[in-house]
Amino acid sequence: MDTLRVLVCDDEAGMRLGVERALRHFTVRVPDVDGEVHLAVEPAESAEQALEIIEAGAPEILLLDLKLPGMSGIELLERISPRHLDMLVIMISAYASIDVAVRATKQGAYNFLAKPFTPSELKDSLRQAAEHLIVARQARKLAQEKRRVRFEFISVVAHELKAPINAIEGYLKIMATHAAGDDPAVYDRMAERSITRIHGMRKMIEDLLDMTRIESGQKKREIATVDVCEVAHLALETMMPDARERNIMLEFRGPDSLPMSADRGELEIILNNLVSNAVKYNRDGGRVEVVVKNPDERVQIAVSDTGFGIAPDDAKKLFNDFVRLKNERTKGVLGSGLGLSIVKKLALLYGGDVCIDSEVDKGSTFTVELQRGDIAT
Amino acid sequence: MSGTKSRTILLVDDDEDFVYQQKVQLEALGYRVVTADSKTAAERALSSARPDLAVVDLMMEDMDAGFSVCHNIKKKDKSIPVIMCTGVVSETGLEFDAVTGEERAWVKADVLLSKPVRFEQLKREIDRLLAD
Repeated sequence: MDTLRVLVCDDEAGMRLGVERALRHFTVRVPDVDGEVHLAVEPAESAEQALEIIEAGAPEILLLDLKLPGMSGIELLERISPRHLDMLVIMISAYASIDVAVRATKQGAYNFLAKPFTPSELKDSLRQAAEHLIVARQARKLAQEKRRVRFEFISVVAHELKAPINAIEGYLKIMATHAAGDDPAVYDRMAERSITRIHGMRKMIEDLLDMTRIESGQKKREIATVDVCEVAHLALETMMPDARERNIMLEFRGPDSLPMSADRGELEIILNNLVSNAVKYNRDGGRVEVVVKNPDERVQIAVSDTGFGIAPDDAKKLFNDFVRLKNERTKGVLGSGLGLSIVKKLALLYGGDVCIDSEVDKGSTFTVELQRGDIAT
Repeated sequence: MSGTKSRTILLVDDDEDFVYQQKVQLEALGYRVVTADSKTAAERALSSARPDLAVVDLMMEDMDAGFSVCHNIKKKDKSIPVIMCTGVVSETGLEFDAVTGEERAWVKADVLLSKPVRFEQLKREIDRLLAD
């Protein structure tokens, strides 16, 4: 439970005690925030004493009497307000003139409470202040969390882009100085590897752009009637050269056509990612199967491979950004680590989801389910 | 280069580009180079031959696979110099080095190089360690 400190500064002992008593078992329940807020009341009999307490550690709320012997409430406010912007000040006064009220508000007073007030008026005023504080605190926490996530994301992106640059720079340096001897085949291989790494880098940048567009909602979506089967055939065709090179069989099972309401580009991203993964992480001589079905007016796309399979612990992380499973068998396979996270984000846009069913050494099946939407006729 | 012909260097790193780049340059200087891309591959290489020096990456498939590779090399023969390469310093800001004897004993390496490693830097350390 959160506790807010409330400092009561009033020269009347009865008032200090009254406030303490009224708030002793008082808790505030803030909507949307878990738990209750408890108030801890501390008394101060003069502005000087209140100042001392505030300097030692500002309370969240200050209940401040205007008229005090010695330093007045307004004077105290003027001294503390520039440094304690987070503290909410509620002025208590028997004769708050407009003029004084304006001065106090200018100095940052949050609210007024006219003397004499009933315990329930006091509680109302404090409930308001506490809610304000907690909501502001939540907003700060959220902003902080957002900054942290953004910073982490940028660090990972920077790291992922630095790796291919280091590799390419290394090759160029050796080529420039002929540091690898006289065999031209060695230099050919270096040029080839550099190009492969550049392709990987470009794919990553494209994936990053896809992802930010999806997440920011700024990608113009052109929703039209799209044939899922046609997009699936296209994805299989695109991967055909890679598959043939490694003797991997590509198969399609499904109806002749299955129209759905979608942005064609998004559907292509989903299928291309899944089919390309199924080929990349397959064994030579393996098989990839795309099955399109139409259960209960939804679109179901299942892409199966006969590859390495994924352990259950790894499967859980698979749809997060930049997750690349690093093991003996994924070595040498290039990827951005963003493909599946993009697939998941897109599936959610269609009121669907993606799931994986996998067995180590046997293979994996990724199943995407999408709402079919209204189909224009 | 004289005297390097018979020297064998074991390169252990799962970054295939880095390994290839160091390998071709070392071979051009007359070294024999054996490469391994994992802890297990390194163990296999060690069981069949004794390298004159080893260059080991700290983070491969596991966070600290390099440590155990270094440990195994030193267990086989304490006199084999080991150069450990790591991106840990630049990536995490975590600082450790192999300057004092205590540190060298802890990381089980004679030299610690921060990634990205320049070849000239690697060559200088290899020359120094093999000249001893």
